[in-house]
Amino acid sequence: MSTNSQKINILSILTAIVMFIAAYMIFFYLPQMRDTSGQLLDSSFKIFYFHLPIAITSYLAFFVVFVASILYLKKGTHNWDVLARSAAEVGSIFALLVLVTGSIWAKATWGWYWVWEPRLTTSLALFLVYLAYLMMRQAIEEPEKRARLSAVFGIVGFASVPLSFLSIRMWRSAHPLMFGPSAQGSSGGLEGTSLQFTLIVNFIAFFLLFATILAYKVKNENLQEEINAKKQALP
Amino acid sequence: MIRSLHIAAKDLKAEFRTKQMLNSMVIFSLLVIVIFSVSFGDLLGDSETVSQLAPGVLWIAFTFAGMLGLSRSFASELENGCLEGLKLCPVDRSAIYTGKAISNVVIMFLVELITIPLFAVMFNYNIQGLLGLVVVIVLGTIGFISVGTLLSALTVNTGTRELLLPILLLPIIIPVIIPAVLATGKILVNGDISDISGELRLLLVYDIIFFVIAQLVFEYAIGD
Repeated sequence: MSTNSQKINILSILTAIVMFIAAYMIFFYLPQMRDTSGQLLDSSFKIFYFHLPIAITSYLAFFVVFVASILYLKKGTHNWDVLARSAAEVGSIFALLVLVTGSIWAKATWGWYWVWEPRLTTSLALFLVYLAYLMMRQAIEEPEKRARLSAVFGIVGFASVPLSFLSIRMWRSAHPLMFGPSAQGSSGGLEGTSLQFTLIVNFIAFFLLFATILAYKVKNENLQEEINAKKQALP
Repeated sequence: MIRSLHIAAKDLKAEFRTKQMLNSMVIFSLLVIVIFSVSFGDLLGDSETVSQLAPGVLWIAFTFAGMLGLSRSFASELENGCLEGLKLCPVDRSAIYTGKAISNVVIMFLVELITIPLFAVMFNYNIQGLLGLVVVIVLGTIGFISVGTLLSALTVNTGTRELLLPILLLPIIIPVIIPAVLATGKILVNGDISDISGELRLLLVYDIIFFVIAQLVFEYAIGD
């Protein structure tokens, strides 16, 4: 147990350092952005370096829920249920942050907080699916049934993640596409090594942050169950 | 496959004896249309506005009516231990799912068949491109029902099933409803099936994905 908590401590210190470096890079290391016509871009673009890593991390979190749910149904091991539950909770916070950072950025560039546009809508749908997942966990009392039914829902709910990804290429949309040619031909481009480097450092930082919170959450849940078991054992 | 048809036939027979669910679904969806029609009263003369509003209203009516039916679909089996009887049948569990999905789809089609004429009257449409509209509605309904049947089985054993079903169902069917509404809108404005091929493909993909996933996990949803 002590080596385990030592590992978590090391992980959280590492995360703090990388997060600090990532934030420093965004605000001080990045050169100023110019668009194709040489016009100086608004610094609101910098929120992109938070927005994209958080979005990808939240997809990762729901992928963890999906895999853990399948493994739970297959193996019936209790640990997978704890992992699914923890990843869903952490993932919904990240999904909320995607919407918040996205809205702030949208206000600065498009002038509205919210546009009914497929990509935004599916991101919102993703967030709502996992809110429903958490609601469902609260509504069922028996631990075994709760684990089984929410695993089923975790699998079904994950089907909406690829939809969120595909929708941007299917419909004409205002959401910028940062990499690769867009099917509609309208896209932003992100070139220059310092920009990509910053983005990569931010990706690492947010993945680490996710891993740390998840590790704490799993530890928490296990402790909670230990307490419950001990309470039950009391006369 | 034959066995799931038997289960569907059993459900439909039971339904047509009482017509309890069918009647309330039809009346409910008509009420939704009427209420929207009343509340948009002044706008209805303006065909531009109507063509933007109406597809959404139509699908709201279908979704809510469908939700009524789905919440009863497995709950009606709880009486007299019917669910246990079904589970004891010497068939694959996924056959139960397919049977239930078929009977739900048939009931939904009947509801939609009655709703659409009233919708056309209330919102002052003359529907062109009937073929396109039928295809959109069929694909949309199948997608909606294939998720809905699974979630209906999922929530039937929980204490608060009437509360839980809409909460679980609505976010999952957003990706089905969006292309369905878009396609319905396009059909009602200029009515050509080639304009909506993108939406139709998307709907078809959803139908297949959700149907296959539901087949695979239904066994766990209905319990031991």
